[in-house]
Amino acid sequence: MNRQSALVRLSDVAARDVFPFARKLLKQTRRVVDELALRTLGPDFEERVARVKARYEGMGGDPFGLDPDFTKYVSMGAAVFHRLYFRTVVHGAENVPLGRALLISNHSGQIPIDGVIIAMAMFMDAEPPRIIRAMIEKWAQTLPFISMMFNRTGQVVGVPENCERLLQQEELILAFPEGTRGISKPFTRRYQLEEFGLGFMRLAIQTRSPVVPVAVIGAEEQFINVGNLEWLAKAIGVPVLPVVPQLFIPGGQMPLPTRYHVYFGEPMHFDGDPDDDDSIIEEKVWLVRQTIQSMINRGLKERKSLFF
Amino acid sequence: MSGLEDIDTPETPTNGDASSDRRRRSRRGADLIPRDLHERMTSGVVVVTGICGRLGRRVARFLHRERAVVGLDRRPFTDRPKDIEHFQIDLRRKKVKDVFRNRQISALVHLGVMHDPRDSGEDHHTWNLLGFQKLLDAARQYDVPKVVLLSSANVYGPRPDNAQFLSEDAPLLAASAFSEMRDLVELDMLAQSFFWKHPNTETVILRPAHILGTVRNAPSNYLRLPVVPTLMGFDPMMQAVHQDDVVSAIRLALRPGARGIFNIAGPPALPLSQAISMLGRGQLPVPHMLARRVVDRLWRMRLTSFPAPELDFIRYVCMVDDARAREVLGYTHRYGIEQTLAAVDQERWV
Repeated sequence: MNRQSALVRLSDVAARDVFPFARKLLKQTRRVVDELALRTLGPDFEERVARVKARYEGMGGDPFGLDPDFTKYVSMGAAVFHRLYFRTVVHGAENVPLGRALLISNHSGQIPIDGVIIAMAMFMDAEPPRIIRAMIEKWAQTLPFISMMFNRTGQVVGVPENCERLLQQEELILAFPEGTRGISKPFTRRYQLEEFGLGFMRLAIQTRSPVVPVAVIGAEEQFINVGNLEWLAKAIGVPVLPVVPQLFIPGGQMPLPTRYHVYFGEPMHFDGDPDDDDSIIEEKVWLVRQTIQSMINRGLKERKSLFF
Repeated sequence: MSGLEDIDTPETPTNGDASSDRRRRSRRGADLIPRDLHERMTSGVVVVTGICGRLGRRVARFLHRERAVVGLDRRPFTDRPKDIEHFQIDLRRKKVKDVFRNRQISALVHLGVMHDPRDSGEDHHTWNLLGFQKLLDAARQYDVPKVVLLSSANVYGPRPDNAQFLSEDAPLLAASAFSEMRDLVELDMLAQSFFWKHPNTETVILRPAHILGTVRNAPSNYLRLPVVPTLMGFDPMMQAVHQDDVVSAIRLALRPGARGIFNIAGPPALPLSQAISMLGRGQLPVPHMLARRVVDRLWRMRLTSFPAPELDFIRYVCMVDDARAREVLGYTHRYGIEQTLAAVDQERWV
């Protein structure tokens, strides 16, 4: 047997068996991927992207740096979490008004996955698809890649001037008035709202924007927080430093796959003087806070199981 | 060539076009000015400091066709047009006052702001503050009815918690991270206090965004680099304004009735990475921790003209809202973003 015939026989094998098998495998994988993509993204994903893109192109580009093409790829990744990992159930998306509005939500879960899930709910489950503009912590702007990702997906630094400008642009704002106090709640205080900031109410009154209360159920259990190290957080210059034991277990770095429920409430309208005394604004904020708290309580009662 | 012909003086009757309404609004203050003073303000002598800089020459080029221009600079004015009178003197010297004493000056345009981080701190500080103070003293003593200062949007400073568009009321925080900027902040403040102390003089402070063109300033020099270094993972939105749009803003500021602080921005903002790719340059992303250290080292070895704190300008946003200039001054940008960016590669013609 010389070398040449060995090569010939090898190519025969390749042509007869290996290539058709590979082709079949490829075809099958593609079918599975397509099916999975359809299940995750839904049949109208491309159309939704095009509609959002048309809106911003009609405006002559977004002055805050929203890039619809980049957002598309980020939301494809986020959709995996939204549809497959957390299997979010969205309630009352039709309550969100068409023009400007402030989505006010409880904040929980140690890392802001709740914001991503609310954004995905508005992008993939609402009609028409909307891109939400969250008011983010200024600290995030100093982080490489994260700041760039936030900017390109249309998230902005949480200062009142930005919020006002976006509302005048008829955008949908997402704000967490609890701030970092809310997101880093220890497990024992789960689903109990912290103190609310007052800024959002002044802006809502000033720009005559409706406030939509939002309750997110399921985020509190994704990372179990046993307490916060305030002194260490201060020492290394981060806003909060929660102690999450599951991070030290191999594989525990991923959040637990709890089922998310997102409830959008009826829009609330407020009027009055935006420069009113704190005590008067506080009463209005209290109303929003109580609405969200009762939505949470109702949602917890309706929830059958943590994971299913 | 100039593209500025249709900025007419307020006397010219407007022929009822769409922009006449805006022009009328900008004349609101002008109606209160006595006729002879109005005459003086529109056609009298203008003193331009820093006239030998590249922007100064452009301003002179546009201004000397319609009114007398006097230049004040410590540098020589080569290829000077015949009708421009030039005094090669140091702004801190007493002789500056002679320029004002011997002729009736109707406006002072201060472009001679020094921002050369290489220069010694003291020289820098005395030039900018003492020099400008001397000019303001002269303006007060000889009743100059108009003072225009070309400040910069950089006085707000690039910061992670900046609003996307800063209004004229935003605090000037540039010096908090970059102490060499304190001169420029103080200069702006000096003009502000002059504005309040001397209501008879119309003081205008212009704060343009990054000026691009043949000028030699940090943003133009940065975009002229063959391969543009950026900070890895940061891509802030940026505003640029064409040098000739700044010249037209200065001319609008010289009109009687205009006073106050105005942010000046050009075409709509765009991400830094997009600006670099529109220029056809390569990008070199550098991790920001490393970049600061390397630039600092290169700076001390005199191998770069960019001090390390300037890196914040390609890390955070520092953009301005120029709605006030557009409404009150009647300013509009003439150059689109492609032309503005392309201007950094233009051959210098003045």
